[in-house]
Amino acid sequence: MTVTAVDSGGLRARFRTRIPRAWRTPLGITGAVVAALWILIAVLGPLLWPHNPLGQDFPRLQAPSGAHWFGTDELGRDVLSRVLAGARVTVPLALLLVGLSVVIGGILGLAAGFFGRWVDETVMRLTDLVMAFPTVILAMVVAASLGASLVNAVLAALVVSWPAYARVTRGLVVGIRGAEYVLADRLLGFSAMRSLRMDIVPMVTGPVLILASLDIGTATLLLSGLSFLGLGAKPPTAEWGSMVGTAIAHFDAWWMGVFPGLAILTLVMAFNFLGDALRDALDPHTAGVLGQAETR
Amino acid sequence: MSALEITALTLRIHGAEILRGVDLGLAAGRIQGLAGESGSGKTMTGLAVLGLLPAGSQVTGSISYGEQELLALPPRRRNDLRGAEIAMVFQDPSTSLHPMLSVGAQLTDHLRHHLKLDRAASRARAAELLGRVRIPDPAAALHRYPHQFSGGQRQRIAIAIALACSPKVLIADEPTTALDVTVQAGVLHLLRDLATEMGLAVLLITHDLGVMSAVADRVAVMRHGEVVENGDRLQVFTSPAHPYTASLLASLPGAAGGVRTLDDVRALRELS
Amino acid sequence: MTALLEVAGLRVVYRGRPPVRAVDGVDLRVGAGQVVGLVGESGCGKSTVARTICGLVKPAAGAVVFDGIPVTPLGLRRRPAALTRIQMVFQDPYASLHPRRRIGAQIGDGVRAATARGGETGPGAEPARGDGTGSGAEPAWWLRRVGLEPDAARRYPHEFSGGQRQRIAIARALAARPDLLIGDEPISALDASTQAVVAALMRDLAVDSGAGLLFISHDLSVVRLIADRLIVMYRGRIVESGPAQVIWEDPQHPYTQSLLAAVPVPDGLGTMPAPPADDAHYPLDQVLR
Repeated sequence: MTVTAVDSGGLRARFRTRIPRAWRTPLGITGAVVAALWILIAVLGPLLWPHNPLGQDFPRLQAPSGAHWFGTDELGRDVLSRVLAGARVTVPLALLLVGLSVVIGGILGLAAGFFGRWVDETVMRLTDLVMAFPTVILAMVVAASLGASLVNAVLAALVVSWPAYARVTRGLVVGIRGAEYVLADRLLGFSAMRSLRMDIVPMVTGPVLILASLDIGTATLLLSGLSFLGLGAKPPTAEWGSMVGTAIAHFDAWWMGVFPGLAILTLVMAFNFLGDALRDALDPHTAGVLGQAETR
Repeated sequence: MSALEITALTLRIHGAEILRGVDLGLAAGRIQGLAGESGSGKTMTGLAVLGLLPAGSQVTGSISYGEQELLALPPRRRNDLRGAEIAMVFQDPSTSLHPMLSVGAQLTDHLRHHLKLDRAASRARAAELLGRVRIPDPAAALHRYPHQFSGGQRQRIAIAIALACSPKVLIADEPTTALDVTVQAGVLHLLRDLATEMGLAVLLITHDLGVMSAVADRVAVMRHGEVVENGDRLQVFTSPAHPYTASLLASLPGAAGGVRTLDDVRALRELS
Repeated sequence: MTALLEVAGLRVVYRGRPPVRAVDGVDLRVGAGQVVGLVGESGCGKSTVARTICGLVKPAAGAVVFDGIPVTPLGLRRRPAALTRIQMVFQDPYASLHPRRRIGAQIGDGVRAATARGGETGPGAEPARGDGTGSGAEPAWWLRRVGLEPDAARRYPHEFSGGQRQRIAIARALAARPDLLIGDEPISALDASTQAVVAALMRDLAVDSGAGLLFISHDLSVVRLIADRLIVMYRGRIVESGPAQVIWEDPQHPYTQSLLAAVPVPDGLGTMPAPPADDAHYPLDQVLR
């Protein structure tokens, strides 16, 4: 019996029919809701902060209470406001990081897969070089040498994140470029560029986007991690990772570290659930190379 | 007295009707052919007998094997039967053998699990089986890996594994479709010989009516989940009872009433 | 009959240890309006020959000349317009169409290839009519010619069966008005009941437009119905060639004989096909007629 994966024509059409079903899974819905919440918090920003995140106006090291739900930190700042403000830093930067990695890694991977030979060799050896180092350590080294700042932390994270996308894209392209419909179009007179644009790129974007959605959590952790180590956000910026970092020196004031930590946890898990749901929803066969699956 | 009897078998997968009341019987020492085009349900029938239906399947009807009703058996019992008494051979020899285990290991695993033989005995039996399916130099072959054999040889090895525990029933789903025609001829001879020697009841599922004509004793034709015709091979091929069978044969070069010239084919095209 | 396609001394080698001689010295010709069947089992090199003729594979030696023009391997550059007169229909109907584009657009690519050459001449410059009664300048017309409904142009490949998709692929190839059509196992993935019909369709459409057809298959019983000449390949070489009917009825080379003897005939008589002797090695000398 023949089982053909249904490809309802066009990525847009597919999202329209598939996403609703995906979000019906409890985890998918939870992920979507929590992620949306954090994005909302980031967008609304100052409107939500009960107090100025930088304002050292309050008694120091106060435990959570009616006045300060998340307590106050070692400089008398309201932890709740800082946690909310941290979203405004972390969420856009994580999304930016993933976006840039996809674009840079994707373009390099496309070139490597499509043109082959020395282009492929060069790009792959570059990815080998970067991937030979443990991700976080390399990011740390780069961030440290550039100087501690959020921008440099993003750059450092970008350096270690693009290779995975280059590899995946290259693999997908190598698989697709021998596909019969691609060859047929070349025989009909498609130039290499037209072939790339019409035949190859559309089939690559789907799987890459799914990968990217699963990667937002990792990006968050990387950025927060660099800030935790003092290589990212500089004081007094409210950033979750650096907040956890300073909380270590004040272990008995547990609220200083736990709440930012929970923020990281919930954001990362939300995007992971969302990514999983997306991946499962977009038929695993179509998330592969050619968008078809046939068993007789 | 049939070895296996399928009665009124109905299958729904996620609500879609795949099989609608299939009746089929397998007799020892005979090859029962099950023909049909893609989507007819012939593979699903085989999988139903083996208990390998996909999730979301609802089966009704009866598959009786000897005294036992297969559909009523708990999964554990079905697993015990599968491989030992009801064996299978599938289409693609490159995916039906484990690529990372030696051929000998795959055979002996099977033998030790089902027949509880010790290591030496299972190796001896494995070599004997490979010889039976005409693999040259069986003792050395035990140590080799599937990729070191040709497609036809891999299929023979798959048959050896299937027959290792002397099953009573063999379900062969497109066993030669992926093979070259000269290689196919050899494997068909093997299947035929083994079926007679071992008194196997074989269900041969294939869309290739040429293969059916060569080895099947009885031929059943399926369409849209139903058996539309089931009879003696010569009868079905020379005077088919059902118009669907007749139309299938009409489009085949070499069949009685099949196309013989280009004009015959053009005449067919006008009809379709 | 002028030879539209001339292949001489073709050799194709795949890298490896040892290197594999996929094609080991092949000469063949296809004339305009002629159907040549190229048969053989897996690994004999027939598909490689087809792909080399199209320029998809680079030969190690030998020449492929199409209508006096040497066929250059496909690189990053756009295919020269003159060479778009060679078109191919591939084996897998599920992979030969772009999954996300409407089939009308894909057939339109074929039409565009023909117009780019100035090769698209319909009966007068008629305005496009979506009902398939226009000229070869519209996809709908081609859909009609391959036996599909003209309104199928708006649909996507996944909405069609394997046999239908193959017809669409044929339509696309023919829309480019090729002078040489190559079918690389075009019927192998189809249901047996449609194989002969699709093969005959390819023959008729190609020959009617004056094109040559090189039809590659491992299934002799269908090929011999539509081919004028047959070429039998074995291990990278041609072992026998000649008029199709002659070879079918009276094969001379031992390999051809064993090939024909191994084909099971669906006559219901229970005749077992004859298997070749284990590890038979056939002489590689040729029988050319």
